[in-house]
Amino acid sequence: MKRNISIFNVTSVVFGLAFLYLPITILVVYSFNASRLVTVWSGWSLAWYRELFSDEAMIAAAWTSLRIAALSATAATVLGTLAAIALTRFGRFRGRVAFSGMIYAPLVMPEVITGLSLLLLFVALNVDRGFWTVVLAHTTLTMCFVTVIVQSRLVDFDRSVEEAAMDLGCPPFKTFVIVTLPLILPAIAAGWMLAFSLSLDDLVIASFTSGPGATTLPMRIYSEVRLGVKPEVNAVCTIMIAVVALGTVTASLMAKRGARRREPAALAAQV
Amino acid sequence: MVAPPPTAAGRGWLTTKVGEMDKPAALLRIENVSKQFGPLTAVDSLSLEIGHGEFFALLGPSGCGKTTLLRMLAGFETPSSGRILLDGEDIVAVPPHRRPINMMFQNYALFPHLTVEGNVAFGLRQERLSRAEIATRVEEMLALVRLKGFNRRRIDHLSGGQRQRVALARSLVKRPRVLLLDEPLAALDKKLRAETQFELMELQRKLGTTFVIVTHDQEEAMIVADRIAVMDRGRLRQVAPPNDIYERPNSRWVAEFIGEVSLIEGALRAGGILDSVFGPLRVPPNQTARGKVWLALRPEKLRLSTTRPEGDLNALSGTVSEIGYRGGVSIYKVRLADQSLIKVALSNSGPSSRLEVSIGATIWVSWPKENGVVLTQ
Repeated sequence: MKRNISIFNVTSVVFGLAFLYLPITILVVYSFNASRLVTVWSGWSLAWYRELFSDEAMIAAAWTSLRIAALSATAATVLGTLAAIALTRFGRFRGRVAFSGMIYAPLVMPEVITGLSLLLLFVALNVDRGFWTVVLAHTTLTMCFVTVIVQSRLVDFDRSVEEAAMDLGCPPFKTFVIVTLPLILPAIAAGWMLAFSLSLDDLVIASFTSGPGATTLPMRIYSEVRLGVKPEVNAVCTIMIAVVALGTVTASLMAKRGARRREPAALAAQV
Repeated sequence: MVAPPPTAAGRGWLTTKVGEMDKPAALLRIENVSKQFGPLTAVDSLSLEIGHGEFFALLGPSGCGKTTLLRMLAGFETPSSGRILLDGEDIVAVPPHRRPINMMFQNYALFPHLTVEGNVAFGLRQERLSRAEIATRVEEMLALVRLKGFNRRRIDHLSGGQRQRVALARSLVKRPRVLLLDEPLAALDKKLRAETQFELMELQRKLGTTFVIVTHDQEEAMIVADRIAVMDRGRLRQVAPPNDIYERPNSRWVAEFIGEVSLIEGALRAGGILDSVFGPLRVPPNQTARGKVWLALRPEKLRLSTTRPEGDLNALSGTVSEIGYRGGVSIYKVRLADQSLIKVALSNSGPSSRLEVSIGATIWVSWPKENGVVLTQ
């Protein structure tokens, strides 16, 4: 493959990356700013991180967010994996197209609509809004992402490995647990990571479905910013970026490792 | 190509005619089995018996239904109709994990997350055997397939040939009544395949297990099997030992599918004479058929000479159209009077045995009448 490193290519890459990452870089750099004024640079300092960790409301919000993210990601992973299995394994059952459409709809549904409809549902059912309603809402939001990831792994899954297990005396359900699950685990873990990240940074749906006592981190940050940007917010955002980036990178590494592991087997079969 | 003589077990089974009272009970009995996939009939009311200790080959072009039949024996497909009996018991309703039948898959289907040992021990673990017994039997099996010391090796660190042997060990370790092999050697290169064919035969003789192999490679089927079932479009064309299939095919289709053959069309009349476009040709005695038939001639059963041969031979004249040197044999394509081509294979047993002819030369193709086979369909 011939590489074309022209001025045009370099410029477009630089501009593209700058467009994406300049705001984030500014935010990260200013979180280490010594000055109280957000826009004036006066030297490096960890003062705002210290202040952040003594801000109990912020810490409480972060803890709430983490718990919601962990719970909803777990629920979404279970449901999303089941949906992926149903879509790939049960062939052409009645209403399959409708079912897959309904699973993928939240991917493109505006969050405001998802949030509003969930709010209406909770009000109609007379459910007290709070921690658990946000968990439910985030499960709804993130499940489809898990389904997409797990399904793509299941589609190119070699069914003969399962047949081999059954042929050797392993009942179907046990085969799923000791053969299929370990082989699709990287995809499931990647799905969980993605769901966790999505839940952690959601503001819109959380705002609609949360109640008193269940303020998530994005909600807290948003309300702080409305009174003026404090450098402390930069610090908390920097930490969030780090967590989300870590989650996303781990997820993609896991998916890659899973793919690498099955490549040699696939290659051998083709030779 | 000469097929090895069938083993004693295969022969004994064969000489017994269906319907006799003292016939040994078949191990596997397939009765009028059909399999439909929507509008497509993959297997069409097929009946077959496979004996104890037999090395049986299902041979046919791709899409002939041989793999579907094998998968029905394993339990991965359910017949649309018909019965499959193992030792006289219908196993159609028995799920794959309860059948005493194991299968070696075409792509091996090894468990990528387990080691060599983990793969081989998998079947024994399902039987809840003791650790010690599992270990002994795994060792035994690994020694048998020449993989001693590979226990802890990961599957993706093995070569194609080693994977093939792990798959074989894994499917044999449970001591199945029948071992099914789905194109077991298709993924190996030509040389390794030839070696492995003989290893498979040796293994089968040693263990005495009934092997049913599916293959599209007729040479492979002839080498390994005691008996071959030639399949086409879901039906059996012929079931016989390799040399019968080759020497006495029952139809033009089988003759053309197995090995190479030249066919001469004609009308058969009394006295063992076939009237063809080349004039009367003598055929083997005791023909019962009358009317339109085909005379099948294998390339290695024909002779070539530059002058009209003496004696009681069928002889046709033609011109040499192509010569192909293959090392052990040379293939001559001879264009006959009606412009059809006939293939002749001459053995190059010595430097002087090669025929000194060039393309375009006039030549005589001859054969004793016993070397032809009359086919009615």
